[in-house]
Parts: sequence; C-alpha cells; structure tokens
Amino acid sequence: MRKKHLALIVLGIIFLVFPWIVHSHYYLHLIIIALMWVVIGSSWNLLAGYTGQVSFGHAMFFGTGAYTAGILASKLGMSPWWGMMFGGIVSMLIGLFVGWVCFRLRGPYFALATLAGGEIFRLIAVNWESLTEGMVGILIIQTFKSKLPYYYIALVLAVFCIYFIHLVMKSKWGYYFVSIREDQDAAESLGINTTLYKNVSLLISSFFTGMAGAFYMNYMAFIDPEVVYSLHYISIMAILVGIVGGVATIMGPAVGAFVMVGVQETFRSAFFGLAPQWISQGHALVFGLLVVFVIMFLANGIVGDWSKIKRNVFRMKASG
Amino acid sequence: MALLELKNLHKFFGGLRAVNDVSFGVERGQIFGLIGPNGSGKTTIFNCINNFYPISGGDVLFKGKSIKGLKPHKICHLGIGRTFQVVKPLRRMTVLENVTASAFCRVHTIKEAQKEAHDVLKFCNLSGEKDKLAKSLPIGGRKRLEIARALATRPELILLDETAAGLNPSELDEAIELIKKVRDRGITILIVEHIMKVIMTISDRIHAINFGTTIAEGTAEEVANNAAVIEAYLGEEYAQS
Repeated sequence: MRKKHLALIVLGIIFLVFPWIVHSHYYLHLIIIALMWVVIGSSWNLLAGYTGQVSFGHAMFFGTGAYTAGILASKLGMSPWWGMMFGGIVSMLIGLFVGWVCFRLRGPYFALATLAGGEIFRLIAVNWESLTEGMVGILIIQTFKSKLPYYYIALVLAVFCIYFIHLVMKSKWGYYFVSIREDQDAAESLGINTTLYKNVSLLISSFFTGMAGAFYMNYMAFIDPEVVYSLHYISIMAILVGIVGGVATIMGPAVGAFVMVGVQETFRSAFFGLAPQWISQGHALVFGLLVVFVIMFLANGIVGDWSKIKRNVFRMKASG
Repeated sequence: MALLELKNLHKFFGGLRAVNDVSFGVERGQIFGLIGPNGSGKTTIFNCINNFYPISGGDVLFKGKSIKGLKPHKICHLGIGRTFQVVKPLRRMTVLENVTASAFCRVHTIKEAQKEAHDVLKFCNLSGEKDKLAKSLPIGGRKRLEIARALATRPELILLDETAAGLNPSELDEAIELIKKVRDRGITILIVEHIMKVIMTISDRIHAINFGTTIAEGTAEEVANNAAVIEAYLGEEYAQS
C-alpha cells in the first residue's frame, strides 16, 4: 500500500514539473490532449466499466460540452471558463434525457441506442446553422497564448475526475453500480433502484465528459461537428482508451489515454517523420489490431492484467 | 391478518394461463411450502409477488396493503426478500461485497453495511468464503449466498426458490438447518421446493398447484395423502389405490 502511495507521489511530482523540464510545445500539446482523454476515458469507464452500460455515443456529451462553451463564448461573450462549468451541466441535462430514453433498453440495445444518439447530435450540430454555424464551426479567441495554463487546468481536471470516481466507487454508489453490472435483476431484488442508479452513473459520466469537451473548445479555440461529435475520433476512441487501459479499474483509462494518444500520434506523424508518409494512413488499421491484441491477450487491459504482464516479462528475461 | 396474501392471482403469457386463480395466505412466523410438478407455475408466482412479472389479474397484499405494480426494489424495501432458483451471484464481486451491496438496503454507511454483511455471512456459515469471488463458489455456496443476500436486506418475509435443488445429501441437511435457523430469527418463509424431504419436514403448511391451479392446501400430511396431489406427481393409478 505504501509503495503504491509513493509511486503516486512520484508520478504527481513528475506531472507538476514536466512543463518546466520539457519546453517543447509539441510534447506539451500531446500531454494536454492525453490528460483530456484521461477525463473522457475515466467517465466512460464509470458508466461502461463499472455500471455495465456500454456507451457508443460519448461524443454526444463531449460535443455538447464543447458547443455549449463555444456558443456561450461566441454569441454571448461569456468567459470560456464559465463555459466549462456550463458545458458540464448542459451535458448532464442531455445525459438525463438520454438516460430517460435509453435505459429502457439493456445490454447491446442500450449500446446501439447511444450510438444512434451520438449521430443524432452530430447531425443536429451540422444542420442547426443559426445556433452552431453548421460545418463552418465555431472559432473563439484563446484566453492564454502559452500552453502552460492549459496544461495545469487539464491536469487538475484529470486528477479531480479520477479522484472523484475513486471516491464514488468506494461508496455505497460504487457497490450499487457494480451490482447492476453483474446482474440487474438480482440488484433490483436486493432493493437497488437500478433505473435511478444507472442514471446517477450516466449523469456523473456525462458531466465530466462535457467538461472535457468545453476544455477542448477553450484549448483548441476551434470546433466543428465532424471533430467534436465524431464517432470514431471521440466515441470509439473513448471505448479504446477504456479497453486498452483496463475496464473497471481506476487507473486503467488514465494509462489507456496515454497509450492511445501516443499510438495515434506516432502513426499520424508517420513515426515522427522517420517512416514514409503513407504509414499515417494506417492508423485506423493499427487501432483495430491493437484492440484485437488487447482482447485476445490482455482481456482486462494493461492495468487489469498488470500482474500477468509483469509475470510474462520476467519469464522472458529469465529464459532469454 | 395474513402477512402475505394472494387474492385470485392470475398471470397469462399470451394465451397460456401460467397462474390461474391462485389464492393463499401466509401467516407471520410460518414456513409455507409451495409445491407442484415442473412447469406448474411456482416460480411464476414468486415473480408475480415481487413484480418481475406484472400480474394479469387479482391482487397481492403484504401486511394488508396491496403491493401490486410496485417496483421490485420497493417491494424489497417493504420487507420481502427473495432468492432465485437459477442463482444470480454478482459474479465478479467477492462474497462479502455481494452481501454488503444488499445490506445497504437498511443501513447507509460502509462500516455498518460491512458489519451487517459479516454477521449475515457468519449466520449462513459463509465467513470462510468471504473474500472469494462469487463466481468461484460451488453451487451449495451460491445457494447459501442467495439466502445471505436476501437476509442482509432484513426481510420480514423471505421467498426461497428451490434453495435445496442440486445439493448433495450433506449439503441438503445444512440447507434444512439454515432454513430453520432463518425461521427462528422470526422471519416468515415462503418456500418453493421439489425435494420432498425438505418441504415435508419443515413446512407448517403446504399449498399444491398444478397447471397454475390450486389442487390442495393443508398440513404436510394432509397434502401428501391428497388424491389430486398424488395424481399430479405419480399418475392416476397411484391416486386410486
């Protein structure tokens, strides 16, 4: 236990001093994006990993958060930092509605309903031009020129999100969420209001995802529907972050976020310019292969199967 | 006043009359047995009592009040616990976590819930297994876990659905002991069971159904000698002799 705490403290110090040691804007940008994915992945994991309600449509919360912040800033001139708060809240309201509709369905049917939901929101954002500017997108002026403030905001958001979910999972709610995942009928017969607690899980998840979306708006200063409501860049990526890192573990999505952002960037930049450019076209393929590999050999993800990984690495060292 | 009363309960699945005009009352402190051949509607009656199936007609009264149409979790909070015939352990949770989750029905802090869970596990003789994952338990343990989980919700009435099915003889004796211990705690029991050794030795009163319809009710002896019951279980020629 003490070893674990020590590791967390060391990790915390590394993250705090990182921007003072590495001055490259490029790497700082990657870390900021990865921290944002920590938030989205952890939120997805709360709903899908712990509560067992697999969402294929987290882009609807991410995009709604981003658009809320963007519209408030561009149309009403509201500070984007208020936008972050409202982004979370509006996403939560969307979550309330989605829960009311989709939680009548179970298992794969729920997943399909969220998939459809994500696409519906994307199409609304494309077509409701008077509000969202449609495909033109929304452009705002960044608050800070330096990346440093964004880095620390993302860091605080990620740490707060992980810690909050950690607390929730240690409480009565945590027991309820996992019970619902394991057997909804049994949970109901044990006096657990399954409809209510599935919604609680969804609301927390949508709130944090919405905040991550609003952060993205503030940081990138430009959004359009094809980016923030994207099925494969957001919804599917959220699932990959969770699965690769480790479903139903606290630190899993955090690890998954860094791995996935790393893999994505390695391929997008064609191995940082070392490989021929056509390789960057293959990143979707590599994502697919990575998922197949993880499901076949590390069904519980990197964090969930950590002891297995360590064992195999040691065995390789011993025999080699 | 009966603790639980079924009044002219009907349940149709399309054109199939799964439960057809069944009425009985379970008195406080009783062990009330519900028997019938395979497919006669026993589990369906359970599912109607805690509203996993909406009932098609009639009424279910608990402590004199209708519980028809209430959500299953509400019914649990009113004081009816249940176990499942096809056990539903929360597989990837430990035995202790399984019971703790249900203890939250009455208490609110983790500490209280865990204490409650420890007590119940001890009572059900599962303390040694508390840190194992529920999916690793053998069937005897899973059946006891079902009872433990139901007990942790502090029910006044517990519905036991074939708690003894699939157990070996020594486990069977333990199960009977456990059911008696539950009754001695002052909990009323409504039990569905196929194994006659269990149902005949512990029931204060037995209600027999076949094809969803009542065929007999009385003490164990009365029901065992009832011609309609013998016919339902063994065939016509045994009933005549």
